[in-house]
Amino acid sequence: MESGKQQPLVQMLGITKSFASVKANRGINFDVFPGEVHTLLGENGAGKSTLMNILNGLYQPDAGSIRVKGAECRFSSPREAIAAGIGMVHQHFMLVPVLTVWENLVMGLPDLKAVLPKREVIRKIGELSGRYGLDVEPEAQVWQLSVGEQQRVEILKMLYRNAEVLVLDEPTSVLTPQEVRRLFDTICQMTAEGHGVVFISHKLDEVMEISDRITILRSGEVVETLPGPMATREMLAEKMVGRKIVFAVDKAVLNPGDTVLEAEGICALNDRGLPAIRNLSLSIRQGEILGIAGIAGNGQKELCEALVGLRPIQFGRVLLRGKDMTGRKPMDFLRAGVSYIPADRKGTGLVGAMNLRENFALKNFWRKPYAKGPFLSWESIAGETGRIVERFGVSAPGLGIPVRNLSGGNQQRLMLGRELSGTPDLIVAMQPTWGLDVGATEFVRDQLLRQRERGAAILLVSEDLEEVLALSDRLAVIHKGEIMGMVEDPRSASEEELGLMMAGIRRETAIEGEKGR
Amino acid sequence: MKPRLRIERRLDVPSWMNWSIPAGAVGVALAAGAVLLSLLGVSPLAAYKAMIQGSLGDAWGISETIVKAIPLTLAGLAVGLAFTMVVWNIGAEGQIVMGALAAVAVVRYAFVDNSLVMFSLMFLMACLAGGVWAGFAGFLKARWNVNETITTLMMNYIAILLADYFIYGPWRDPSSLGFPMTTPFPEAARLPVLGGTRVHVGIFLAVGLAILFRVLYRWTKWGFELRVIGNNPNAARYAGINDLRNVVLAMFFSGAVAGIAGMTEVAGLQGRLQPGFSGGYGFTAIIVAWLARLNPMATILVSFLLGVLLVGGDTLQVVMRLPLSSVQVLQGLILFCVLGAEFFRNYRIVFIERGERREWKS
Repeated sequence: MESGKQQPLVQMLGITKSFASVKANRGINFDVFPGEVHTLLGENGAGKSTLMNILNGLYQPDAGSIRVKGAECRFSSPREAIAAGIGMVHQHFMLVPVLTVWENLVMGLPDLKAVLPKREVIRKIGELSGRYGLDVEPEAQVWQLSVGEQQRVEILKMLYRNAEVLVLDEPTSVLTPQEVRRLFDTICQMTAEGHGVVFISHKLDEVMEISDRITILRSGEVVETLPGPMATREMLAEKMVGRKIVFAVDKAVLNPGDTVLEAEGICALNDRGLPAIRNLSLSIRQGEILGIAGIAGNGQKELCEALVGLRPIQFGRVLLRGKDMTGRKPMDFLRAGVSYIPADRKGTGLVGAMNLRENFALKNFWRKPYAKGPFLSWESIAGETGRIVERFGVSAPGLGIPVRNLSGGNQQRLMLGRELSGTPDLIVAMQPTWGLDVGATEFVRDQLLRQRERGAAILLVSEDLEEVLALSDRLAVIHKGEIMGMVEDPRSASEEELGLMMAGIRRETAIEGEKGR
Repeated sequence: MKPRLRIERRLDVPSWMNWSIPAGAVGVALAAGAVLLSLLGVSPLAAYKAMIQGSLGDAWGISETIVKAIPLTLAGLAVGLAFTMVVWNIGAEGQIVMGALAAVAVVRYAFVDNSLVMFSLMFLMACLAGGVWAGFAGFLKARWNVNETITTLMMNYIAILLADYFIYGPWRDPSSLGFPMTTPFPEAARLPVLGGTRVHVGIFLAVGLAILFRVLYRWTKWGFELRVIGNNPNAARYAGINDLRNVVLAMFFSGAVAGIAGMTEVAGLQGRLQPGFSGGYGFTAIIVAWLARLNPMATILVSFLLGVLLVGGDTLQVVMRLPLSSVQVLQGLILFCVLGAEFFRNYRIVFIERGERREWKS
């Protein structure tokens, strides 16, 4: 958006910030005008989060200044930032699950009365919801809401505080295609009303669709700021990574071998004790990737956990290479060569306080050569950890530092390295590229395909349709813990058909019927 | 605009803080103690000198300090083992008592006139008694998720009163003229002492176990499992580690080591069981483990320093004629400051003034 005379809502000038020896931001200029979507694009570690955390008052810049409508400001907390009209919707929501929507909205307001003005709050929520298309039930408790609805609450929270600039940190990573459309409608409505939106994303298609301007960061510096309509996929990716990126997945044609995993009519409960997986059957052969597509929270996590022994199976059987593994311990699955990449890396896949060596040992400490009798061989553990760090491009100052000091992308590379470096028979991968930048995503997909060529059976759960379609040999769509349909040739499936199955409509006749079932 | 204070969590702790903060805290505590001593009409310098002199000034003082450090080290290692996996065993006191009771029972009902046999028997039974006492709380936690803080705390009182029952009742020494104490141990059941001091061979057990724990945490699969569980129970389950079984096991060994402390106190030092014989070592051990950051080697050092504080306090009573309670206040002041200073390791205070920000390096 060209706006020569108009004043920017927010202007960041020459922002520089260092952490120890790392320069996260170097002399960055960034501004947002009323009524525009300004996208911030960059790989993990490019400095996007640092820049936005400075805007949000979480960090203070070493040099540079922030101007809000021309007046110089300094924020020492998010509360001061929101008071100046800058609101941030974090990737991980900052809501209290046991409180209701309206309670979450008023929580932390500076001038709160002893008796909460419930009726007035609810009226205002209704007004904002209607205006921006942010439907939520004000009296519902947050834990009952879907991820998309929770995101709407976060946005409402900022609008309720009269935010003029909204920073959305990777807002689409948790949404279904349909929810993404709704979010984009909301964003358009906000810009139409004169709000400025800072949009952070890795997904190039979305970025090109929604952005008025795009600023690309690399290694803490602005590479370029360009008008949205001028951008192309290849150009953005190249500027972001600093080299050319090939988008097509190069997949060898393989003849699948013996059946590795079979699940026969399994049922499992979720953490609240409600049925999450209902009478689900699937099988995966050697050298085959079975994709599981579906909207978040339809039993994907429970399915993965049930298949690797982490979640009890109520009914049905799980067979590994024909051997009944139902009811066996997680360790038995590990010993049988099952590798599992959980979606929740920090909470499950890694131990933040432990160092790189210890995090490699986490899944290998029980086996030779890393264990000798009751003792650990730190020497061989360190050796293999070093090889993984090198092969998977984990950038870390040393193997002895706690992994929580690594960036998110590097944590994930370390975990993927651990899970994909051996010779597992079965790999259960949940959202393996979630939150990764283009370069790392490409690498992870390549590693999965290599494991496939080696003869591993792979269950790939992803909410990124493009990803499952590109990688899978067969594709199942899950809805409320049931498989809605099995697609034998994912390349022939249309997104519309899949979208309907994801919404819970069985399409057996349409897809499998043709194959003469 | 008036200056404001804000508390920020530290992202990483500089290594120099590991020693400078506790040292600074002791300094602050001694200064506060000086005020207290002055109010009592005692010269603070003279009092501190007496404390150092009494606990470290001569061979006898040092040996007495070591006598206190032995049970503190053992009990500190014991609770540290449970704390490593974030299981709050605050029942070391009760486990010490159970260990001591087991030792007395062995002497009373299975006496053989052979030191080696007696030591082995007492050692095993004390481990078993302390271990089962703590392991039971661990079992309740693993099986029904019963809060171990409550159970271990309550079981302290059961153990102490159980000991009182035997001391006042069936095991009372008939020749004690009505004093509540059990029959003295025969010579074969007494742990040997070093030279002419009261330092008994328990010192080797304490140091040996500290080394063993160091090896356990650093070099063994089981120690690794415990540390993973303590740091991230979800990751432990994901890694195929059986966290529930480990809760019971770790509690058992924690209690067993505390039981050893009870055995060495009764067989090495007192030679009989009296009410309140442990003197709260099991509770002080929690502070020991905490200050030592669960590091086995540091546990020895911290125990020795707390021994200095205890023995120095005794000297103060005798030399300066201070009442016991004022000595306890002084000891409490030092512990309060050292533990309170932990705050500055984890957080820092930031002054905000007219939008400017200054960091106050603590």
